Amino acid sequence: MSNVQALSRAETAAPKRRPDRRKLADNVTGWSFAGPATVIILGFSLIPMAWALMLSFTDSDLMTPGRNVGLDNYRALFQDPVFYQALRNTGLLVVLYIPASLIAGLLVAVLLNRKVRGIGFYRACFLVPYIASATSAGLLMGYIFDRDFGLMNGLFVKLGLPVQGLLSSPSQAMFVLTLIFFWTRFGFSVVIYLAAIQEISKEVLEAAAIDGASRWATFWHIIVPSVRSMTIFLGVWGLIDALQFFDLIVTTTKGGPANSTVTIVYYVWQLAFSFFTAGYGAAVAYVLFAGTLLLIIAGLLVARRRGAMR
Amino acid sequence: MRRRLPSGWHLVLVPMSAVTVLPFVWMVLSSFMTQGELNRFPPSVWPEALDLGGYRTVLQGSDFPRWFLNSVLVSGAIVIAQLALCSMAGYAFARMRFIGSRITLVLVIATALIPFQLTVIPTFLIFNKVGLTDTLGALIVPQLSSAVGIYLMTAFFQSFPKELEEAARIDGCSRFAVFFRVVLPVAKPALAALAVITFITAWNDLFWPLVAISSEANYTVQVGLTTFQGQHKADWPAVMAGTVLTTLPVLGVFLFGQRRFVQALTGAVKG
Repeated sequence: MSNVQALSRAETAAPKRRPDRRKLADNVTGWSFAGPATVIILGFSLIPMAWALMLSFTDSDLMTPGRNVGLDNYRALFQDPVFYQALRNTGLLVVLYIPASLIAGLLVAVLLNRKVRGIGFYRACFLVPYIASATSAGLLMGYIFDRDFGLMNGLFVKLGLPVQGLLSSPSQAMFVLTLIFFWTRFGFSVVIYLAAIQEISKEVLEAAAIDGASRWATFWHIIVPSVRSMTIFLGVWGLIDALQFFDLIVTTTKGGPANSTVTIVYYVWQLAFSFFTAGYGAAVAYVLFAGTLLLIIAGLLVARRRGAMR
Repeated sequence: MRRRLPSGWHLVLVPMSAVTVLPFVWMVLSSFMTQGELNRFPPSVWPEALDLGGYRTVLQGSDFPRWFLNSVLVSGAIVIAQLALCSMAGYAFARMRFIGSRITLVLVIATALIPFQLTVIPTFLIFNKVGLTDTLGALIVPQLSSAVGIYLMTAFFQSFPKELEEAARIDGCSRFAVFFRVVLPVAKPALAALAVITFITAWNDLFWPLVAISSEANYTVQVGLTTFQGQHKADWPAVMAGTVLTTLPVLGVFLFGQRRFVQALTGAVKG
């Protein structure tokens, strides 16, 4: 508001022309620096987002625009057993993966936060699965967890345990995939937590030690509250990450056996690019997006309330 | 206390890091095995001899070298473009006041929350319309800049002291001259971090190439490897050899730029 007033005042008052021209020049330079990157990002996110919404009201098959079908896609979704299965599979992943990565990440970060030789080496070890592509990780783990030839069943046999179905078993495959996903991702939480722990001031920790606080008390009453903001960040990030779980499925189970590892994103991909029901795929994608936003907002509200209680 | 127990911690950390890294060690070992060693149960843990059959199949019996080159071209172009575009945008958002700068920055960062599966179908349709699907260009254009990159560079320039630029401005340099001659040379740590993180992301991308590319000649190494495994179901040494070759570039970049990579992840890139 004040900007607009300032602008119109500058227009009426002739002697103030100069700063006006200066402002124009500032805008031109600013936008010529920021414009290209911004146009690409917003162009490839906002336009497709609006387009996807329109698609979700059509029966587009990807090649032709399709007819308007109103809310039919959204209605069909609630009677689609595969959608519910995908929802369950994705939910299982979220519920197991997020707490596991937070707890394991923090514990390992605490272990690494010492003056022990080779910390850099350990940190690198934990990050290697994170930087390797999902293709490599998937092919490698797909073989290790293979029912007939895999190392894992080889190990079970050596230990005198029965051979497991693993990735070929509808009841085990999603758990195995969750484990693989955890293996590829948890290094990230370690690194983030480690950076946060290193920010905790030495004085606080020393004061706690002088007061005779046990290791457990120090961990629970100093470290955990100090890294709270990182826990929230990692929770949100882990949620986004887990809800977008896709690559590892392509390179291992391809959604099988019997749809037991179809996640929402994998289903969207199948719908659009294998079954050519792009309109319906867009509707599924939108429901996932809305669900993600709701979960993030709910999570942040809970975190804030907890914070207020402390 | 710290001095007395170090070996104790190693007893915990060694097995944990072994669990995370041993699969990769075995990946390398198995790439030198014969089909017989891998297609039996239980599989061999250690190769009897260094067998190069897997590597021969991948390098001579498939388009893998072509896919590798495609990946190098695509990732290289993306890294160079992001270094230029994201650093310019980050500098503008951190240092200049122009119409809509604040709201644009917020919008750009908010796009990081938009999942790709939501935008992938229309993005495919856009590229189909302009006839760019099934070209390497389709893989490069959407990633010419990134929200993460802009965020990283904005944060870096905000924490960066202004004095140097102001001196140059007083000397009569234009904004562009200041940016390219004064600012960029001192922004090397942030640029290195951005380059490492962008390369790893671009190299590893599977979803979009899988959608956008249809002919084998234009596959990236990730898509190629996925289909390769489908065609060579029983040839595990070849699959493992391909996996090793696909992982080597990111592993190299990671080990070389580990410090920068960790800084980029934790957002702690300082001058």
